[in-house]
Amino acid sequence: MTQCPECEAVVQKGDKIEGEIFSCPECGVELEVTVAEPFAVALAPQEAEDWGE
Amino acid sequence: MKVSVVGGSGYTGGELLRLLVRHPKVELEQVTSDSLAGKPLGRAHPNLRKVTDLTFTPHAELEETDLLFLAMPHGRSMERMPEFLVRAAKVVDLSADFRLRDPKAYETYYGVKHPHPELLAKTAYGLPELHREEIRNATLVSGAGCIATASILALRPLALAGAIDPAKVVVDAKSGSSASGADGGPASVHAERSGVMRLYSAEGHRHTAEIEQETGLTVGLSCHAVEAVRGVLATCHAFLNQPATEKDLWRWYRDAYAKEPFVRLVKEAGGIYRLPEPKILAGTNYCDVGFALDGHANRVVAVAALDNLMKGAAGSAVQCMNLMSGYSETLGLDFVGLHPI
Repeated sequence: MTQCPECEAVVQKGDKIEGEIFSCPECGVELEVTVAEPFAVALAPQEAEDWGE
Repeated sequence: MKVSVVGGSGYTGGELLRLLVRHPKVELEQVTSDSLAGKPLGRAHPNLRKVTDLTFTPHAELEETDLLFLAMPHGRSMERMPEFLVRAAKVVDLSADFRLRDPKAYETYYGVKHPHPELLAKTAYGLPELHREEIRNATLVSGAGCIATASILALRPLALAGAIDPAKVVVDAKSGSSASGADGGPASVHAERSGVMRLYSAEGHRHTAEIEQETGLTVGLSCHAVEAVRGVLATCHAFLNQPATEKDLWRWYRDAYAKEPFVRLVKEAGGIYRLPEPKILAGTNYCDVGFALDGHANRVVAVAALDNLMKGAAGSAVQCMNLMSGYSETLGLDFVGLHPI
């Protein structure tokens, strides 16, 4: 469990893995799991990502 | 519980009936209308065809009941409230007649001297998000105005935070045609109404009094009629009196509404509906609330959307009934809207 860096909503780890991209359930911003344990997230890079690969 | 509705032929009355006929704890006894006496409810509300055998009853034949909803035009329940309070243990009045605590506000905004000012102090303002415990224990609850509900829910977290100039707030509201009621007059005729973006009340709108009463702010309210049947969108402009970030705004709004069953915070980074939009709330009891921070103008744009006939009238009234009766607050109301619509 950690907080969204954009809106500070509580974000649950669930079964997410390092590097996984997901949307904040509150504000919808895309987050990236930077560390799986202890769970940490950051705003997902918008430009550098190879979407779909 | 036995429930009756006085004035069931209008739009808010019809919406109330739609909710009550399927409410698991309600036995709908009488629905009054002099003009439609003896006719089936479906004559005024075709969506209710064959879901109830009830017919409209003349007002004079109203019997005693457990809870009475009043869905009459403004100005009708003022005089008769003592009579209604004898006929039912609890009363929910959807009109504006008991919304304001200050009797003088009725002279200012409605042009009438209130005949029963002693009842105003005993009436709970029917917005559960602000007056839940008061409503639970009330005998008389007044429904809140539709534009007022949206504006109050949008502005309340900012007022509570003390973060805005309380004397400098502007609300720009848009509403659909059903807000004018089933007898909306010449301005509601399709040929006149269709396609308009009409500023029908630049200042002095009656709901100003409710918004100020419930937020403590001084509000300039302007209202537009737009191309929609249902829906209210209140875009509120407030100016910060202290530095604030978007995270502060998230915190204030979350503190106010995180536990509210019918208020959703909507401020999303992606998608088509990033901020509240009334269209997808049609027929539901939700009020979606969002905000944006305009650093350039030191302004907060607070926005709320709802269905004027639901969260802005009948939905909130049933929510109040649930509280007054000890039922789960969401009973009979916990459904989502349509998309696309």
